[in-house]
Amino acid sequence: MYRYDEFDAQIVRERAAQFRGQVERRLSGDITEDQFKPLRLMNGVYLQLHAYMLRIAIPYGTLRGEQMRKFAHIARKYDKGYGHWTTRQNIQFNWVALKDIPDVLDELAEVEMHAIQTSGNCIRNTTSDQFAGATAEEIEDPRPWCEIIRQWSTFHPEFSFLPRKFKIAVTAAENDRAAIRVHDIGLHMRRNDAGETGFEVIVGGGQGRTPHVGVTIKPFVAKDQLLDYLEAVMRVYNRFGRRDNKYKARIKILVSETGAEEFTRLVDEEFEAQRDAEKIVLPQAEVDRITQYFAPPAFEDLPDTSDVLEAAKAKDDAFARWVRVNVRPHKQAGYGIVTISCKPIGAPPGDVTDTQMDVTADLAERYSLDEIRITHEQNMVLPHVKLDDLFDLYQELDSAGLATANYELISDIICCPGLDYCNLANARSIPVAQDLQNTFADLERQDDIGELKIKISGCINACGHHHVGHIGILGVDRKGEEFYQITFGGRADEKAAIGQIAGPGLRAEDVPSALERVIETYREVRSSKDERFIDALERVGHDPFKEALYAAG
Amino acid sequence: MPLVKNGEVTANPHGEVLTLEPFLEIAAADPKDAVIVRLMPDDCPLQLEPFIEQLEVVEISFPRYADGRGYSQAQLLRRRLGYKGEIRAVGDVLRDQLLFMLRSGFDAFELGREDAAQAFAAASREYSHFYQPAADGESGVFARRHS
Repeated sequence: MYRYDEFDAQIVRERAAQFRGQVERRLSGDITEDQFKPLRLMNGVYLQLHAYMLRIAIPYGTLRGEQMRKFAHIARKYDKGYGHWTTRQNIQFNWVALKDIPDVLDELAEVEMHAIQTSGNCIRNTTSDQFAGATAEEIEDPRPWCEIIRQWSTFHPEFSFLPRKFKIAVTAAENDRAAIRVHDIGLHMRRNDAGETGFEVIVGGGQGRTPHVGVTIKPFVAKDQLLDYLEAVMRVYNRFGRRDNKYKARIKILVSETGAEEFTRLVDEEFEAQRDAEKIVLPQAEVDRITQYFAPPAFEDLPDTSDVLEAAKAKDDAFARWVRVNVRPHKQAGYGIVTISCKPIGAPPGDVTDTQMDVTADLAERYSLDEIRITHEQNMVLPHVKLDDLFDLYQELDSAGLATANYELISDIICCPGLDYCNLANARSIPVAQDLQNTFADLERQDDIGELKIKISGCINACGHHHVGHIGILGVDRKGEEFYQITFGGRADEKAAIGQIAGPGLRAEDVPSALERVIETYREVRSSKDERFIDALERVGHDPFKEALYAAG
Repeated sequence: MPLVKNGEVTANPHGEVLTLEPFLEIAAADPKDAVIVRLMPDDCPLQLEPFIEQLEVVEISFPRYADGRGYSQAQLLRRRLGYKGEIRAVGDVLRDQLLFMLRSGFDAFELGREDAAQAFAAASREYSHFYQPAADGESGVFARRHS
C-alpha cells in the first residue's frame, strides 16, 4: 500500500489547516454560504436534508487496519456510530457538525487520509478494481497508476473549476469490476504488440439523466504519456464542455454533441500541440518508487488446496455456501479473496457500524496482511486471506453480522440514500431495497438464482447506478406519489450497457411481487443453472420478463 | 476596485479595455496600439499569438467564479505562447481562487475587498508543495522527489 512521504503529509496537513480557516471565515460571516459552497464542496462537505455530510476519500478503495479503525473512531465521536460506503469506494458520515469537521480532518491526516476532492466540479477519487493486486485476471496491478493520477489531480490549478464533476476509473483485468465504461474517463490497462503495458482510453461514459457508455478514443497510450494525454482530454473538456446547463455539463454530453471522432481529433490536436515545457515531469524513478509500495506482500508458500478448509466445508453447510459465494480465486496458491457483504438482509445497503469497522480492522491485520478494500458495490474485501484461515475468519465475521453469503446475488443491492437522507431524491430507495431483500431472504433461493445485480436510485441523478443494474429500479415522484420504474439489461462490466425501461412505473408495495414473477420466468427459461439472468435476458429478449413484470392477477 | 500585483495593492488604471474581436480589428490596422486586451471565457487565447511580444496586459474575465475556462486561457498564454506580460484576473475573483490563479500564470488580481493585500498574502502561502508542474514555474512534487 502507498505510504505518504513528507510531501504528501505536508499537503494533507496544510489542506486541513486551510479548511479550518475557511470554516472559521464562514462561521464568522466573512464569506457567504454561496461563497463557502465551492470551498466545502471541494472538501467533501455537503449540506444534506438533516445535517452536513462529510465524505472521506479512500483512494482506489484501498486501506489498512489503522485507517479503518480511525473511521470507527470518527463514527463514534462525531457521528451516530455508523458510516456508509459510497459507489466511489469512499465513506460518508451523515451527521457530522460543521464546526467539528476541521478536527476530523486533522485526525484523518494522522493516518494519511483526507477528504480532498470528494465532491465539487473537480477530478474526484480515482476508483479501481477491488481485487487489484490479488486477482490472477489482471496484466498488472493498476493501483500505482491510480496513485499517480491521485497526486496529479490533487489541487490541479487548471482543472478545479470544471463544467461538472469528473470521475476516472482504472482496471487491468478483462472482467471489469470497476465499471470503467460508465466513467468520464475509463482506463483499461492493455499490452501492445511490443509487450509494453499502457492504457486504452475510454471517454464520455456516465449515468445520471442521460446515460452513456463511453467510447474508446485511443486504443493505447504509453505509460510515460498518460498524464500528458489526460491533460489534453481535461483541457478540451474544460474549454469546450457546456456550462449553460448543469444537466448537460458532463463530458459525455460534449463527446456526444461533438461526435466521438471530432472530440478525439480535438484531444489529439491538443496533445500534439503540447510543448516540451508543458509536459509533466514524471521520472521513471518516481514511477518505480510508487510502484514499489504495491509490490506483492509477503505471501507464504502454500499448496493450492487446504485440508482445513475442505474439512470445515464438509461439516458446515452455511460456511460452505459462504465460501462458494463470497470467496474468489487469488493469484497466489493457498489464498483467497474474501468479500465481506455490507448488505445483510433488511439493513440499509452499504452501512457499517463503528464496531463492525473495528472488527474488520482487526481481522484485516490478522488474516489479510493488513489490507482492506472498499468496493463500488458498497461492500468490503479482505484481499489476501489464507484458505487455511477462512473458517476462523468466517466465524468472527459471523458474530459481527458480517458474514452474509450474498456477494453478487439478488440481495447484494447497490442503493442510494434516497429520500430518507438526500435532498435531491424524489422517492425512497432504502425501504425498497429492504423489501426486496426480505422477499428473497432465503440464501438457498438466492444461491439458486445466481448472479443478479439489482441497483436502485431514488432520483434520475442515478447515484444508485440503476442504469447499469441487470434489473434497475428508479424512484420517481408523480403528483406526490412514489412510483418505481424498472429497467432490464443494464450492466457495468466489460460489456457495459444501459438498461431499457420495461414499461410504466410500479407502486413500491408491488415491486417485490413483480420481481418475483420476473425471477420465476428466468428460472423457467434459463438453459441451465449456470446461465445467469443477464445472459438469459440477452438470449431470449426482454419480452417474457416484461410480461411477467406486469402479470399481476 | 483594488488591483493586487506582486503582492501589493496598486492603482488600477481603468482605461477602455477592448474585448478580443475589436482588439483584433484594431491590432490588424495598427499593431503598435495592441498592448491590452480582455478575454471573455469563450475566447481562444491562441488568437493573440501574432501580438504576443508586444502585449502588456491580458485581462481574463471571470463572470462567475465557477467558470474555470480562464485557467486554461492563462496556461495557454504562458506555456503554449510564452507570453511574458501581465495576466490580470478580473470579475468574480475570490480569495480562495487566488492560489489556483497564481499557479495558472496570473500575476495581477482585481480583488473586491478592503484587505486585498493581506488576503492575497495569506492565500498564496497556504501550500508549500504542489504535485503538478504549472505555469508558475513549479516543477511539481514528482520531479522534486528526485532532484
